[in-house]
Amino acid sequence: METGSPGNTGTAGDEQAGAEHAGAEPGWTGLPPGLLRMRRLLLVVWLGLLTIGLAVLLNLFAGPAWAAFALLPLALMAWGWVMLGRNWRSWRYAERADDLLISRGVLWREETVVPYGRMQLVEVTSGPVERHFGLASVQLHTAAAATDATIPGLDPAEAERLRDRLTELGEARSAGL
Amino acid sequence: MTAPGVDGAVREQRPVAERRLHPVTPLRRAWAPVAVLIGWAVHDPDQAQRQLTRLTTTTLLIALAVLVPAAALYGFLTWWFTHFAVTDTELRIRTGLVFRRTAHIRLERIQAIDVTQPLLARVAGVSKLKLDVIGTDKKDELAFLGAEEARALRAELLARAAGFAPETAHEVGEAPSHQLLRVPPAVLAVSLVLTGATWGTLAAAVVVPAILWLVTESPWTVLATAVPLFGAAGASSVGRFVTEYDWTVGESPDGLRLDHGLLDRAHETVPPGRVQTVRIVEPLLWRRRGWVRVELDVAGSSNSVLLPVAPREVAESVIARVLPGVTVPTRASLARPPRRAGRCMPLWWRGYGLAVTDAVFAARIGLFRRSLALVPHAKVQSVRLTQGPWQRVWGVADVHVDTGANKTVTARLRDAGEAAELLRGQAERSRTGRKGARPDRWMA
Repeated sequence: METGSPGNTGTAGDEQAGAEHAGAEPGWTGLPPGLLRMRRLLLVVWLGLLTIGLAVLLNLFAGPAWAAFALLPLALMAWGWVMLGRNWRSWRYAERADDLLISRGVLWREETVVPYGRMQLVEVTSGPVERHFGLASVQLHTAAAATDATIPGLDPAEAERLRDRLTELGEARSAGL
Repeated sequence: MTAPGVDGAVREQRPVAERRLHPVTPLRRAWAPVAVLIGWAVHDPDQAQRQLTRLTTTTLLIALAVLVPAAALYGFLTWWFTHFAVTDTELRIRTGLVFRRTAHIRLERIQAIDVTQPLLARVAGVSKLKLDVIGTDKKDELAFLGAEEARALRAELLARAAGFAPETAHEVGEAPSHQLLRVPPAVLAVSLVLTGATWGTLAAAVVVPAILWLVTESPWTVLATAVPLFGAAGASSVGRFVTEYDWTVGESPDGLRLDHGLLDRAHETVPPGRVQTVRIVEPLLWRRRGWVRVELDVAGSSNSVLLPVAPREVAESVIARVLPGVTVPTRASLARPPRRAGRCMPLWWRGYGLAVTDAVFAARIGLFRRSLALVPHAKVQSVRLTQGPWQRVWGVADVHVDTGANKTVTARLRDAGEAAELLRGQAERSRTGRKGARPDRWMA
């Protein structure tokens, strides 16, 4: 099984995978850093604007001492920066011979297994912001709506490769309901 | 399938015969304007009274002269423009006066067929026929057909779905069925009396309006709360008795047959291999009598009851027919979570249990009202493992198994290592479990 994909740039994810599953689970792939960059940029932009706006307003209406409260969003930003990094590192997926594995979450961990034969539809989506950062998500649908198998923030080429491969494998092993 | 040349020629010669619904169909929409008027009058009685006194006989007559033909014309046109046809592979329903709509329902995807007869339809001798396919909605039912026609159509659809040659499908007739079980009305009545929900809603219906009367002393508030509460109490006791009256489970080559109802009769047919989940529910008060209720999930079907009440051994034998090769795990074979699971879910953790056999994934929840859910491995769509922070501290995790009927069965608070093993193993079993399954066309 060719698991070493060309878009395998998630070094952090691989390190973690190597540490946890030494040899037991081959072929974990992390997410490329683009998603982390996008999320962190959005965080900085929105919270930065909030900080400035809050500082200006407090300074005008409540006095300079109160403007110190504008540091709260800054603290939130620092915390979010770390959290986004941890969350991004936790995402990884593995294409095994007969099923797709997706693992994610730091505090609330979730691991999903979808046998290829059960896939009804594979979707590649990319919103305007994601497109600007050159990212795309792959979403798998089975006959069960509860199946939550999404891989966000992939390189578009890798997303398309994954889609084609999953569709091909799904057709070969199709089982229906 | 026969030789393609011959088959093709026959198909071309024999244009799809489109049929119309039964001529009483327009009447079923006739009461809609009346219902709107009544609803308005109940909703705002003062206003309605004032408007009524202002009406003179002439205006009333004019209104009637306009409304009645308009409603009749609408009913007639919708009936006139609704056609259905059975082709070799699908059921086509063509409807719509202004917005045309054609539904093509593929027969091999049928999950269940329901023939229902509401009370008035029984009087008129007609019934509704609905094909349960994933994604169909209320619009895709055939209402109304003559009662005999509906039976014949059901037999034909089942024969075609089962894989009989299209030329002979309408001659195959109804598959013979033999009765497995009939629930006696007395047992059903006792079981409903022994259901906590019935008494709970009834108590709420008495207590809540009484308290409100003491607090507000306004008869309207009391009435506004008492009526829906009594309605709920009635629906959960009398309503259930009426729908589950004379519950009959039969077995036929076309699958399971469920017939029930006192006023509205319903006849359902679930072809083999369509059942996604079976749940055995055992309310606290039924335990002494050894009764259970069996529920089932079929993708796209609204019905979820297999047996409203039955002794456990009987229920297990019925389940063995519904899910061939499955034996219900005994209570002793259900593994409890480790003791430390009590830190995550005090007391209730004792109600959790799990057993994985060659054929099914079985998970139990509930301490007082025990519910054991069985999922055949072949029906598992995906497997998920989730673990929250507190669960991580105690080294336990939940394993969710998703089925095609949009139901998820969860094995709660398993040991983390066991859960990881279960996740891998279940994915493997769900993949291989399919191999022994019967084909979608069960007679082919």
